[in-house]
Amino acid sequence: MTDTISEHADQSLEQGEALVQLEDVGKRYGAIRALKGINLTVRAGEVTCVLGDNGAGKSTLIKIISGLHPHNEGVLKVDGSEVHFGSPRAALDHGIATVYQDLAVVGLMEVWRNFFLGSELTTSGIPFSGMRVKEMKRIADEELRKMGIVVKNIDQPIGELSGGQRQCVAIARAVYFGARVLILDEPTAALGVKQSGVVLKYTAAARDAGLGVVFITHNPHHANLVGDHFVILKLGQAVLDKKRSEVSLDELTRQMAGGDELTELSHELKR
Amino acid sequence: MSTTSQKPALETPAEESNRVQIGLLSRMLGRPEIGALVAAIVIGIFFLIVAPPFRSAESLATVLYQSATIGIVAVAVGMLMIGGEFDLSAGVMVTTAGLVNAMFSYEYNLNLWVGAVVSLVVALAIGFLNGYLVMRTGIASFLITLGTFFVLQGVNLGVTKLVTGSVSTPNINQMNGYTSLQKVFASTFNVGSVRVSIIVVWWFLFVAAASWVLLRTRVGNWIYAVGGNQASARAVGVPVIRVKIGLFMTVSFLAWFMGMHTLYNFNTIQAGNGVGNEFLYIIAAVVGGTLLTGGYGNAIGAAIGSFIFGMTSLCIVYAGWDPNWFRAFLGVMLLLAVLVNLYVKRLSTTRKVG
Repeated sequence: MTDTISEHADQSLEQGEALVQLEDVGKRYGAIRALKGINLTVRAGEVTCVLGDNGAGKSTLIKIISGLHPHNEGVLKVDGSEVHFGSPRAALDHGIATVYQDLAVVGLMEVWRNFFLGSELTTSGIPFSGMRVKEMKRIADEELRKMGIVVKNIDQPIGELSGGQRQCVAIARAVYFGARVLILDEPTAALGVKQSGVVLKYTAAARDAGLGVVFITHNPHHANLVGDHFVILKLGQAVLDKKRSEVSLDELTRQMAGGDELTELSHELKR
Repeated sequence: MSTTSQKPALETPAEESNRVQIGLLSRMLGRPEIGALVAAIVIGIFFLIVAPPFRSAESLATVLYQSATIGIVAVAVGMLMIGGEFDLSAGVMVTTAGLVNAMFSYEYNLNLWVGAVVSLVVALAIGFLNGYLVMRTGIASFLITLGTFFVLQGVNLGVTKLVTGSVSTPNINQMNGYTSLQKVFASTFNVGSVRVSIIVVWWFLFVAAASWVLLRTRVGNWIYAVGGNQASARAVGVPVIRVKIGLFMTVSFLAWFMGMHTLYNFNTIQAGNGVGNEFLYIIAAVVGGTLLTGGYGNAIGAAIGSFIFGMTSLCIVYAGWDPNWFRAFLGVMLLLAVLVNLYVKRLSTTRKVG
């Protein structure tokens, strides 16, 4: 599985190089401020874990980096120069690939079509030229096998697969196309223990291949296994921003659970 | 029970054991147009029995012509519906295209080719406007194009009356460019002793082209994706807005083509024509297996749907029945098709075991 990542990783990546930088980035939806004053640097060969409870702004942060929603405060830099993504295509063109929480698959379409959706292989640059269908099917099948998924038939609609299998297709696709930065939005939320393990191994492999990885989760245990850098969001703001060496699992868990609020709660609920 | 057979120990299943070779039959059943194909064959056999005049090559040519007059626009409408949108203005747009060509060339005394190009530009602009408004406002295409439908219907009649003083355009068959345009859009040729309209050939070409685009090109992939799940398509980098506006413009292009045929076939156009045809296009696409909610269907299906339409509308006459029954039949076909579609969608979105 690591070979896919290292094959597709941008060879010019240097360990520790800042790939994506957010400086004081914020996002308002009308009168609601979903995100405020976020500073975050995604470095090559590092896993940046973003933790937070529901509604903390994790998804908004992802949407900004992956180009789904543009930010309206602060500066977003890719490779040192300021960018403003108009669409996810723009982010993909910078080598930033995302595994969305809702997976972004089209249920009625075949597995291989979903795998290559938006990045199809064509025989030439002429509009309406054919796709390299055989090659696409072969690659999709191979990449899924590397993740331990053997679909019944690469031609079956993706809606027929189980949730975990669909998750793996989404991850395999992002790994295949994400040359520089890989964003994983709650990749382990719907998975069993074994498949979570596979996803975490993928995350580590992507890091080792020199990619910058953003790992969003509300599971501090999973974060602690792979993370190099931890950011905890609460109500749209960063409340913790520490390197691996500066933080322990206990502190992560306590911050995630609400810290002092939890202590209070335990007093209230004491029997 | 003295003979207990020893069960082999459980082994880790091999990778290949999970692979299922899907049989030819179930692969066939998984195709969108299969319901329509079966229906076409059954209806065909039925009319061969009850309508003796249908059993000739001439009748087949007539049926194909009738099918093509709906089928050409239905191909584009089918593609648009796969992309998750409707176009109710397609029927009157055919008339608009013909009117623009005839009146522009006649009033300014220009070669008909000039009028044809102007008409094409107008049609594409209407298609673009439909698509732009739908994407820009986020209002359902059903409503936007319902608006365009009424606007065009009114403008067709109003402008024609203003310009010509009547509700039809003057005869154009003496004007420059008529001969060549007539050849392209409305000529006939003989196959053996049977006269076939060139529009049938165009229909086949458009169906083939649409099939190619839908199944073999990246644009086709995008069309299914924007219809199946627009948000997902956008998230993986599909240019949703361009795809959808392109689809609306494809509809208006083929509506223009059909308008050209109508004009050069009859040499004049009635300004009130085309109303109601938009539903025939949609019915042809739905009977052909296109899902009303988008993301599923194909061009062959829309073609078979159009063929069922052409065959029935003529064979009811051949059988000597009251033609009024045709509409009732059409309604029944539509309901059956929707039921089949519903069943198909349920089959392909639920997980199958084994």
